[in-house]
Amino acid sequence: MRFTTKHLPWLKALFHLIALAPIARLLFQVLTEAVGGEPVEYIIHYTGIGALNTLLLMLLLSPIAKRFKQGTLLQTRRLIGLYVYCYATLHIAAYVSLDLLFEWSLLFEEIIKRPYIIVGLCAYFILSLLAFTSFSALKRRMGKHWQKLHNSVYLAAILITVHFYWSVKSEIIEPSIYILLTLALLALRLPKRRAQTNRYK
Amino acid sequence: MTNKFTKGIATTPSWQLKDNQVTPQAVFNQRRSIIKALGLGALGAGLSGGAQAGIFDLFGDKKPVMPFTTEPLTFNINPNFSSIEAKTPYKKVISHNNFYEFGTSKQDPVNNAQAFQVQPWQLVIDGLVDKPITLDFDDLYKLIALEERTYRLRCVEAWSMVIPWTGFSLASLLQKAGIKSNATHVAFETLYDPKQMPGQKSRRLGGGINYPYVEGLTIAEAMNELSFMSVGVYGQTLPPQNGAPIRLIVPWKYGFKSIKSIVRITLTDRQPPTSWNQLAPNEYGFYANVNPAVAHPRWSQASERRIGEGGLFSAKRIATKPFNGYGEQVASLYKDLNLTTHF
Repeated sequence: MRFTTKHLPWLKALFHLIALAPIARLLFQVLTEAVGGEPVEYIIHYTGIGALNTLLLMLLLSPIAKRFKQGTLLQTRRLIGLYVYCYATLHIAAYVSLDLLFEWSLLFEEIIKRPYIIVGLCAYFILSLLAFTSFSALKRRMGKHWQKLHNSVYLAAILITVHFYWSVKSEIIEPSIYILLTLALLALRLPKRRAQTNRYK
Repeated sequence: MTNKFTKGIATTPSWQLKDNQVTPQAVFNQRRSIIKALGLGALGAGLSGGAQAGIFDLFGDKKPVMPFTTEPLTFNINPNFSSIEAKTPYKKVISHNNFYEFGTSKQDPVNNAQAFQVQPWQLVIDGLVDKPITLDFDDLYKLIALEERTYRLRCVEAWSMVIPWTGFSLASLLQKAGIKSNATHVAFETLYDPKQMPGQKSRRLGGGINYPYVEGLTIAEAMNELSFMSVGVYGQTLPPQNGAPIRLIVPWKYGFKSIKSIVRITLTDRQPPTSWNQLAPNEYGFYANVNPAVAHPRWSQASERRIGEGGLFSAKRIATKPFNGYGEQVASLYKDLNLTTHF
């Protein structure tokens, strides 16, 4: 079966549900104290991993669309991309509000001094640019610059995995797997890059 | 709980525990509700889109188990080590733990340690001692009269708690074995039992630490009056996630020095290896004294998030004190040491 624009609202509704379910689960876990009496670290990690997982799923979308000739899927990328931004925003909000407890001077100090925070913040800056230029009208006005700008999502993906790898206290297996996954997803695109830009410009 | 007054003093001090903090029934109920919630959490685990364990969560097989049973202890309150600071509630003390033997996330220990067997237990004290001794499980509570001390616990991750521990001084324990004059250091070792401690079986769960977990102190540190062997918390025997049946508490050092579930204490004439130092020597030193002036390479140690009563936003950021506020007792130990290079 091939998805058409007719199916698009249903696809989008499904992706909204998939993206929101983990947030509902987190709320449930925190409210029932299923994740301990002090879930600060859990919430920060959960939302951070949520952003990364969503980003990788989004990057998986165009190879899948191409392989199975499901071009309609590509029209859900903005929706998914905005959820990446949403999770990343929750991640930072949790860090600032729950861990630093709004101690802004400490935040600025940490940003200046800690490389893994700088790397994460660079990724967030890129995601912000992409989110703010995601409107259709803006996309049309930016012309070919839009695609150029939005290709920086690959840079953001690499920065996020490096940020993850750098932030853990020990246990580098999981962040290492994420780095490999990201590189694999990027490698999928390299040879076919030209064809893709031609087709979906 | 048993409260004995210090001879000649018949007041009710401000730091004395409220009944609702310690009654076994409340403790029991709290733990029931945690376990119940864990059961619910396990149902949701299959839905995981981005959980703590992330991509591994899909393979999780968490099963709710009966909570570990703790027993009330008989002890005196030591008024020299009380605290006017608000204590961290029992529920948080037993559900927010670093104990990588049971997993690296904060809730892993309470989730994975409830079936932990503490009986039989053997604690060996050997090395440069006059008479090596082996304590059995019952000896831990009988050999030395128990007292309660309320200490601040400062984690190297920049959060802290205030916790009433039950136990005895490390010095009183070492004196039972008799310390030889050439002993300079004390080495500690956690139980190695991969069948019971999943983190020791799996590198991923255990955070890459080379088990068994080991720690160490200098003799002067070990004999300092603050160094404490804890067999209980909040008047009850220790739950496994807090280091049952016996653990060290060195409150002027980062929490990872306070080694849990100890099976061996060895007096030695050289500085023993310590687990976190072995894993990342540029981040964790042998001394690991709480020091706001020396940042961890990846985060500041100048302040800490104090975990107290109340919800998520009720925690406070407070300034971290040198030696976690115990400078009066321990600063003299380090007067000839550069604490910036010997972090």
